[in-house]
Amino acid sequence: MIEILSDAPLATVQDFGRPDRRRYGVGTSGAMDRLALATGNILLGNPEDAAGIEVPLFPFRVRLDADLDIAVTGADARATLDGAPLPPWWRIGARAGQELELRHPLRGARAYLTLSGGIDVPRVLGARATQLRGAIGGFEGRALKRGDRVPTGRIGTAAAPLGAVPPDAVLTLPAPSGAAEGDIAVRVLPVGEYAELTPESRAAFWRSGWVVTPQSNRAGYRLGGAVLETVRKLEMRSYGVVPGLIQLPPGGAPIIQLSDANATGGYPKIGTVIEADLWRLGQAPIGATLRFVEVDYQAARAAWLAVEDYLTKLRRHAAWQGAAGR
Amino acid sequence: MPADLGLDVPRIGLLGTSAMLFDAPGAFDLSVQQRIWAMAREAALWPEVVEAVPGMTNLMLSFASPPADPGALEERLLRAWEASEPGPVADSRLVEVPVVYGGTLGPDLAPVAAQAGLTPVQAAELHAAAEYVVYAVGSSPGFGYLGGLDERLFVPRRAVPLLRAEGGSVMIAGRQAGVTTAAGPTGWHVLGHSTAPLFDASRDPPALLRPGDRVRFRIARIEA
Repeated sequence: MIEILSDAPLATVQDFGRPDRRRYGVGTSGAMDRLALATGNILLGNPEDAAGIEVPLFPFRVRLDADLDIAVTGADARATLDGAPLPPWWRIGARAGQELELRHPLRGARAYLTLSGGIDVPRVLGARATQLRGAIGGFEGRALKRGDRVPTGRIGTAAAPLGAVPPDAVLTLPAPSGAAEGDIAVRVLPVGEYAELTPESRAAFWRSGWVVTPQSNRAGYRLGGAVLETVRKLEMRSYGVVPGLIQLPPGGAPIIQLSDANATGGYPKIGTVIEADLWRLGQAPIGATLRFVEVDYQAARAAWLAVEDYLTKLRRHAAWQGAAGR
Repeated sequence: MPADLGLDVPRIGLLGTSAMLFDAPGAFDLSVQQRIWAMAREAALWPEVVEAVPGMTNLMLSFASPPADPGALEERLLRAWEASEPGPVADSRLVEVPVVYGGTLGPDLAPVAAQAGLTPVQAAELHAAAEYVVYAVGSSPGFGYLGGLDERLFVPRRAVPLLRAEGGSVMIAGRQAGVTTAAGPTGWHVLGHSTAPLFDASRDPPALLRPGDRVRFRIARIEA
């Protein structure tokens, strides 16, 4: 059990979500940075998709009611345990009664708190992820708040700490031409009505920096940059939506659909941020500038395999070290 | 008028590495949609497919991992489309949805009626007289896209979206009708409210409506 000590606006229980319930109108939900969640879980010896807490606003404080291994991954939230600095991307044994604090990250947007055994809320429609619209899953279908006592799955700690090389140190992307310091590059496959964009808009799509506006959240990022136009006005028929899909509403400012997107939608679609780069979006704070880099399907698939390779190596490392440490 | 993508031939495209979308050719009509349902039933059994999601005259397949050979799947989708036959769903049901029309939870009944040159009572009666077919379930939890709206009630979407419509909102837009189960913003017109249990996350499947089911709205009350 852990107890939430701070107001925790929009902190939610998340796992890998519900990939297979769109046909009932239920979107996927799940962690915005699945790679960070998976990494924390692997360090802890949990199933990769065990539930953790996604923290988008800071400070965030919890007290542990039992001895537990914990790992803080994702944004570098300068975590402290009873005031002492806690390294990010490490499994650490914490004692009952200790307080963990996450502070405003200097880089990244969302921190993940994972614990041995995972957050043990009931599965709803196959997952523990919170979907706020419809109040499905998670902790009572809502964001966490001060005083909540959240059940965890397993008590006890391993003998030795264990760390991971953060994904952004391994899965590097060269900065595209024209990018400024701090811009976040993501790879994009053109899809659907991309060819309906005017030639000027097609060029602007790749050339422009795209700012994540304050009207952005887990459902989607509304982008500011160029205004894109299609050669003709399109009336679309509703279709299934995937996280990463870039749609173009009538105003001409694109939206990237994300974890809490509706199951289906009807705006023209012009691109998809590739699955291997969704975690980069999850770590893009409001005000960040995104750069789209065009790739083809085989490159997108190779990028996905590179992420799998990162996780496979980490699993091997954790199994080896875990065996050595116990 | 906006250009509808009325295709001459099927169109298949990848949505990144995690999904593929099949767009059926032809007009937006029930026989095309029935073929989409048939394809969805078949494609749901393919080993690489996590879910087959019927949209409006389209079908999305989602994958657990990026297919090594998406071309082979495209071929398979084309063959499934060619083999598909229009026809009603064998085990479809008739679902009755009681509606309180108008009032604070049906703020658009009067304006929609006025736009259609009808009284609010006439608009409610027209809405409740038709038998609807569930084309697809999507958008928000348990929401059914319903076809069968009387064309006298065809009204374009709201120019300015409503910031919040309650769960249970009975809505129309263009030629479509539907009932929400969770509160949220909408560009549709809210004619009334229903407490019909159309979604329950503790059931699996959680949505009451299924593609091919028929829906009848029953007038529980009409409020000014």
